[in-house]
Amino acid sequence: MQMREITYRQALNEALAEELARDPNVFLMGEEVAEYNGAYKVSQGLLERFGPKRIIDTPISENGFAGLGVGAAMVGLRPIIEFMTFSFSLVAFDQVVNNAPNMLTMSGGQFNIPITFRGPNGPAHQLGATHSHATECLYASVPGLKVCTPATPRDAKGLLKTAVRDNNPVLVLESELLYSSKGMVEPAETELLIPLGEAEVKREGSDVTIVCYAQTVALALAVAEKLEDEDISAEVLDLRSIKPLDERAIYDSVAKTHRVVIVEQDRPFCGVGAEVCYRIQKNIFDELDAPIGRVSQEDVPMPYNERLEKAVLPNAEKLIAAVKKVCYA
Amino acid sequence: MQPAEQRDEVEMLWLMLLIRRFEERASQQYQAQKIGGFCHLYIGQEAVVAGAIAAIRFDDYIITAYRDHAHALARGTSANACMAELFGKDTGCSRGLGGSMHFFDKEHHMYGGHAIVGAHVPLACGLAFACKYRNEDRVTLCFFGDGAINQGAFHEALNLAALFKLPVIFICENNLFAMGTSVERSTSLKQIVDRAEGYDIPGCVVDGMNFRHVRDTLSEVVESIRKDPHPAFVEVRTYRYRGHSMSDPASYRTKEQLEKYRLDDPITRLRAQLTREGKLTNEKFDELDKEAKRIALESVKFAEQSDEPPLEKLYDYTYV
Ligand SMILES: Cc1ncc(C[n+]2csc(CCOP(=O)(O)OP(=O)(O)O)c2C)c(N)n1
Ligand SMILES: [Mg+2]
Repeated sequence: MQMREITYRQALNEALAEELARDPNVFLMGEEVAEYNGAYKVSQGLLERFGPKRIIDTPISENGFAGLGVGAAMVGLRPIIEFMTFSFSLVAFDQVVNNAPNMLTMSGGQFNIPITFRGPNGPAHQLGATHSHATECLYASVPGLKVCTPATPRDAKGLLKTAVRDNNPVLVLESELLYSSKGMVEPAETELLIPLGEAEVKREGSDVTIVCYAQTVALALAVAEKLEDEDISAEVLDLRSIKPLDERAIYDSVAKTHRVVIVEQDRPFCGVGAEVCYRIQKNIFDELDAPIGRVSQEDVPMPYNERLEKAVLPNAEKLIAAVKKVCYA
Repeated sequence: MQPAEQRDEVEMLWLMLLIRRFEERASQQYQAQKIGGFCHLYIGQEAVVAGAIAAIRFDDYIITAYRDHAHALARGTSANACMAELFGKDTGCSRGLGGSMHFFDKEHHMYGGHAIVGAHVPLACGLAFACKYRNEDRVTLCFFGDGAINQGAFHEALNLAALFKLPVIFICENNLFAMGTSVERSTSLKQIVDRAEGYDIPGCVVDGMNFRHVRDTLSEVVESIRKDPHPAFVEVRTYRYRGHSMSDPASYRTKEQLEKYRLDDPITRLRAQLTREGKLTNEKFDELDKEAKRIALESVKFAEQSDEPPLEKLYDYTYV
């Protein structure tokens, strides 16, 4: 099988096109997805190929079209709702948090909601406090919502396709900063489905486990490379899905390295890392040789100033320091 | 403060020139990567904010969306503080923490710069509510784009304003597009102003390329609100010459459309009116323009030389 190098953007585009072609119940709706080909060009060419019935531009009405998606899903369509960014999903919070995930339980199992919410999530570059939200911790805390965070083109394609086929609401949290990144992906004709809830070891190591996802995967890999020079062998574990969480993969890695640092793009208070940390100490406390380290954003609204923004975000320096601390190096 | 209606028209022409020259510099500095994030220019729409500002008192309130540089300048925020904000400097109007989309200036009653579409419209109701609560006769001007009128927050706010008879003027800067989506593709009504009718709010349409038309219409509305608090809605028809933001090539519209509006340029129009009436000479205009250019260039120097906000400041404005 000849793998090809494509961008994260193109991988998502392929996933959308393949699922639209496979199932006539699938449609894509959001702001600027059709005629403009997507604010970040993820839906490039889809209007031309699938027509305006299935690739649908909306007004700036997130609450409205997210809810429309949930309603359409109640009666069997499979909407893909694009948020121009997940910062704008906050305007539709009620639909995503209340209607989409509660319906199945509230109706005593009558209504599955096979909907996919997708779009870029997390801080990009100097977009300021309103436009830099990392929403994974908000959504992962809601029972009934599945949340995945692809970091590579391959994961982006495989997870998005799986999300569209899932019979319940899935959030695919992409990343603006990753859209142009490249990676190897199976040929277009092969069916690439990556299950939700499966982490992946992106790099093997023996001294410490770095748990990461989305934007922090590339950071963790770069840091692991650097640490090699200092004789620290770091294993990089990409969660890929925040919920369901692949606890098995986490415990397997920690049982091997006995030291963990979690590096996440969201905030420290009630962040994803807090949950992962709790589960590790609860379930495999005896495997730990050091307290768990954690690198996240600073606990402040995102400043516009570039230097301050950098100081708020996780970076190599902070991650290296955290790794050394848990390694007593 | 002089009564609003009497504000000198030549002075207002100068404000429009300042806005344009400032934004041309901002555009250039963005391309030179001195400015980061998103940056939305107001060029072409100058008569809207200038006309509105000329119709109010200094102690009235204004609030707007993310296309906000002009609103701050019109309020009296210095070009230096505006450019420094774009550069992310400590001397900026939001201390370098807000950026292009989040300009704030309490002293000049500029209540932001808000980047979530429609989200500030309820805030405008709150400003107006407070004025009424304190028996003040201030009015609040709330600017937003044609794209904002399809947000839930907008609709809830209009109903609240009507219900509570709040002294707020909703000013829709209809520049025909929300990003790449034209008004026909976003809105079920033929005319945006008809939204107001549904909430029993008096509405009118104004030519946003004509400074005098904006000012005169708003002056009347402001006067009626001061006498008896109530909301009003003004749809201002205008046009942005540039793309939605610095990264938008604006290929969704025709050259002809852009040319049509450029020929109706608000600065050229007011200049011609004043010249015809003998209130402005070519020499005076050139002098004003030169001064606007000088101030814009100065602001770049000021921003360059200003300090970054110190790292220790990170937690200064966060209470928990
Ligand atoms: C809730 C929300 N959704 C989407 C966006 C992205 N966005 C920013 S500006 C814009 C278009 C707004 O157009 P309009 O209201 O007409 O104002 P204009 O840009 O023309 O001044 C969009 C979709 C946003 N900032 N907030
Ligand atoms: Mg507009």
